[in-house]
Amino acid sequence: METLIIIDYGSGNLRSAAKAFEHVSKDITVKISNKPKDLLKADRIVLPGQGAFRDCMEGLSAIDGMVEALNESVIQKATPFLGICVGMQLMASRGMEHGVTAGLGWIEGDVIPITPNDTSLKIPHMGWNELHYLSANNTQDNRHFVLRNTDSSENFYFVHSFMFQCTYNHNCLAMTEYGGLIPAIIGRDNIIGMQFHPEKSHKAGLKLLSNFLDWKP
Amino acid sequence: MLKTRIIPCLDVANGRVVKGVNFVDLVDAGNPVEQAKLYNDQGADELCFLDITATSDNRETMYDVVRATADEVFIPLTVGGGVRTLQDIRKLLEAGADKIGINSAAVSNPDFVKEAADKCGSQCIVVAIDAKKKEDGSEGWEIFTHGGRNGTGIDAVEWAIKMAEYGAGELLLTSMDRDGTKQGFNLELTRAVSDAVRVPVIASGGVGNLQHLVDGVIEGHASAVLAASIFHFGEYTIQEAKDAMKNAGIPVR
Repeated sequence: METLIIIDYGSGNLRSAAKAFEHVSKDITVKISNKPKDLLKADRIVLPGQGAFRDCMEGLSAIDGMVEALNESVIQKATPFLGICVGMQLMASRGMEHGVTAGLGWIEGDVIPITPNDTSLKIPHMGWNELHYLSANNTQDNRHFVLRNTDSSENFYFVHSFMFQCTYNHNCLAMTEYGGLIPAIIGRDNIIGMQFHPEKSHKAGLKLLSNFLDWKP
Repeated sequence: MLKTRIIPCLDVANGRVVKGVNFVDLVDAGNPVEQAKLYNDQGADELCFLDITATSDNRETMYDVVRATADEVFIPLTVGGGVRTLQDIRKLLEAGADKIGINSAAVSNPDFVKEAADKCGSQCIVVAIDAKKKEDGSEGWEIFTHGGRNGTGIDAVEWAIKMAEYGAGELLLTSMDRDGTKQGFNLELTRAVSDAVRVPVIASGGVGNLQHLVDGVIEGHASAVLAASIFHFGEYTIQEAKDAMKNAGIPVR
């Protein structure tokens, strides 16, 4: 049986993510862990995240060996990886929330404030919104494995005030619209990140989690 | 396009669902976990649990309810009622809540909201504001605490602005004058608060029919609408509420 590790670094509601994975698959052992050595043995890794970029990066770095274990398992061993919300943003080169903070640097880009062109729009961007698939993913046949069988009419639950501005468009798989386009799904190789919360996005979100478990990048 | 959220709210006492009329005359009406699943299946955008026994010793029951709900319901869950310490917030988040409502504790110590937002992120801090028309006849609304029993002399709009500055990610605004009356949201209050802050405002208190939900968004400028009894007693389904909003041109999921 495969083991999925959800990284516990003091950020957010881990139970919901764990339960959502258990809900979509009986063939996986879901473990919430703060131990770097667990990452090295994991078949899949999920990095959740809530709050500010800097606090999350500091929380992750505060666990001795965690960032090194992430780099080893995700970058060197190519273990399939999912980042959720700030967990996705941490893959960036830099975060600009509460000062400039270096991220994991896995996908080039900066995490910057959302600035909707309509100033009556509320911040945070909070609630259900749909995805706009970018060029390489805009037909079912071409779509990234994790996004297969998704439909552009489906909605996902977002709650964030900052966004991942990718340096290279090809790292951005889907956008959402909120007074301008906001990256909603980014990825490369064995790495994928979702700005929204798939574990809180009802059936549409659970389908993505199920796809992630089947993904063999 | 961002959708307007419809949020059914369950008042929970000792692990059971109740709904008060003007916060008295409680009627027991079921198991919160079953009710939450039903709303989830009907397409609710979020759920809200308000623990109205929270000041008593029965906190553990609520954690069990939250855990059991989070095991089966995969939409955002807000839990409020009697939240006073960072420890309360942590325990609710660990049980599976996504957002925590803070009401009386924010009034007695506004810095608690700052601290909570710093520690847990603004996205999970909802400041609940219970407001009532000022009794001295002057303009505006006053906020109340402890389930509407205690006046504070604080102006609701000023308080909303302050709470957003202190890090609240969202405001849950209840009109005490309307709560339980089925006469509709207090639209003037809702609009005054919604227009004064950048964070989303959830309108609450007084929904008696589906037009009231529409009015809360179009006239009250609310980002989300919360209702209890109209859903709870089966008068309307969530889908009917969504259809009504859609017909009025409001984007819904």
